[in-house]
Amino acid sequence: MTELALETRALCKNFGALAVANEINFGLAVGARHALIGPNGAGKTSFVNLVTGALAPSSGHVLLDGHDVTRLSQAHRVKRGLARTFQINQLFRGLTVLENVTLAITERHGFAGDFLRPAGRRRAVIEEAYALLERLGIADEALRPVKELAYGRQRLVEIAVALGLDPKVLLLDEPAAGVPSGEAGTIIDVIEQLGADIALLIIEHDMDLVFRLARRITVLVQGAILVEGTPQEIGADPRVREVYLGERVHHR
Amino acid sequence: MTTKPENDVVARFARRHRLHAMEALPWLLIVVGFFLFPDYLALGAQILATTLFGLSVDLVLGYAGIVTLGHAAFFGVGAYTAGYLAAHGMGAPIIGLIAATAMAGAVGLLSGLIILRAQGLSILMLTLVVCVMLQEAANKATSITGGADGLQGMQVSPVLGLFRFDLYGKTAYWYAAIVLFLGWVVARTLVHSPFGRSLTGIRENVARMHAIGTPVFGRLLTIYTISAAMAGAAGALIADTTGLVALNAISVDFSGLILVMVIFGGVGRLYGAFVGVPLYMIAQDRFSQIDPTYWYFWIGLLLVVVVLFARGGVLGLIDMVWQRVQRRRKR
Repeated sequence: MTELALETRALCKNFGALAVANEINFGLAVGARHALIGPNGAGKTSFVNLVTGALAPSSGHVLLDGHDVTRLSQAHRVKRGLARTFQINQLFRGLTVLENVTLAITERHGFAGDFLRPAGRRRAVIEEAYALLERLGIADEALRPVKELAYGRQRLVEIAVALGLDPKVLLLDEPAAGVPSGEAGTIIDVIEQLGADIALLIIEHDMDLVFRLARRITVLVQGAILVEGTPQEIGADPRVREVYLGERVHHR
Repeated sequence: MTTKPENDVVARFARRHRLHAMEALPWLLIVVGFFLFPDYLALGAQILATTLFGLSVDLVLGYAGIVTLGHAAFFGVGAYTAGYLAAHGMGAPIIGLIAATAMAGAVGLLSGLIILRAQGLSILMLTLVVCVMLQEAANKATSITGGADGLQGMQVSPVLGLFRFDLYGKTAYWYAAIVLFLGWVVARTLVHSPFGRSLTGIRENVARMHAIGTPVFGRLLTIYTISAAMAGAAGALIADTTGLVALNAISVDFSGLILVMVIFGGVGRLYGAFVGVPLYMIAQDRFSQIDPTYWYFWIGLLLVVVVLFARGGVLGLIDMVWQRVQRRRKR
């Protein structure tokens, strides 16, 4: 049995009569390249919120690296190596790109609560942040406020902030959403080059991106897992085609 | 390998906390003001104390993004604490100052525990509620506060037993200036620390701060408590330098007014209060003498102009003009 970086057991979430998560048993292997797909309203983002702790489940468990974290706050789960990006950018728009990433790295190192020593004296943190920006190809905009950047580049900052947390599990919520198709390639390149020690879960609509990046795919429909398998299996599955009725599922 | 440019970026970023020459300007003006306007030192002392209050508001509003309409609650608690002590034989200003700071900080901590669990406009409402409740409590507790008549019988002793508060306000001026300076040192240290930077993160995007593992509530509670303590110190300054404490010190009116003054100067810049408070108070003093009937109209007009044409306050306006000049020079 492979080791699981992230696991959910019988995870349920109800809003009144609406079940956005229904008995979800999901496993993300260490170093996985896994995609979570499903039609609109399937509960993909709710699943992410349940895993990160932004939403409390009605029942069931979330495990990180074998430890039950269901009762831990978002912040504590982050400390255990869980990071995410958002479908719609959640950035510190008025702050510079470098500051955005520095905030995450400072928090990870655990001295973000220090109120005596100037932040600028922590040179190593700033250098680490800058190196990360270089890796993602946005170092030339380090000192510009995020809100002045083109949307595609903001998407890269979105990923950079999450990477600043040095995650073991990274949830990417539609990483290329809203990006002009010409620039999506850069984002895919960045994701492809992520270290093998990071377990990736990509929530995505764009099938090209899914089939290019994912080695396993889980299909979520109405809050429940419909099927899980390799891209070939999913692409050939008649039930998946049925769910996507009209939306073409192509694969190579 | 080209290491030069990135080192430059990192170096620029790492230098931000260093003192800029311009930061000496307020202190220079305070010293010069003492000699230039010997007849206005009492007003000067009040301006300095109110600036400290404004600075405390900037910490929560400008940095942490907590919109408060009740910060005078802490100012008032500080003023009444110092006043009460002075009326009961403990008129040493330093003791009053320390007690007021501690007391206001404690009230800030306790109310923050409840208020800061809310978000956005609910926070605004709750800060207002706390202020109204405290004012009403002060109104009813006549044996302690003197109620609507104000606190009676304050006997303020000389600062450190050496400097008596004089009629001209010389001692008051210097005393207020020194306490303001200490408050500024605290505030400046805070905003440039990782803690202070994380507050700006909370202001910009709370959701993301949660997602990067920040204990948001704890951070907000810390700054709220510190800010309340600072507001309390400002209250003690006013109480001891004027020898008066009345219910208006704890009012929603005053909470709104200080907000206006800080926004007028520019929020989230540390110096907004240093610009907004003096400008507002001096304008108020001048207008009320030139045009005793309609002076409030002129103040209102001034504020409308600022809100319409200078969203970032006076400092924001200066910043904008400065950047234009820089850009033109580059061409």
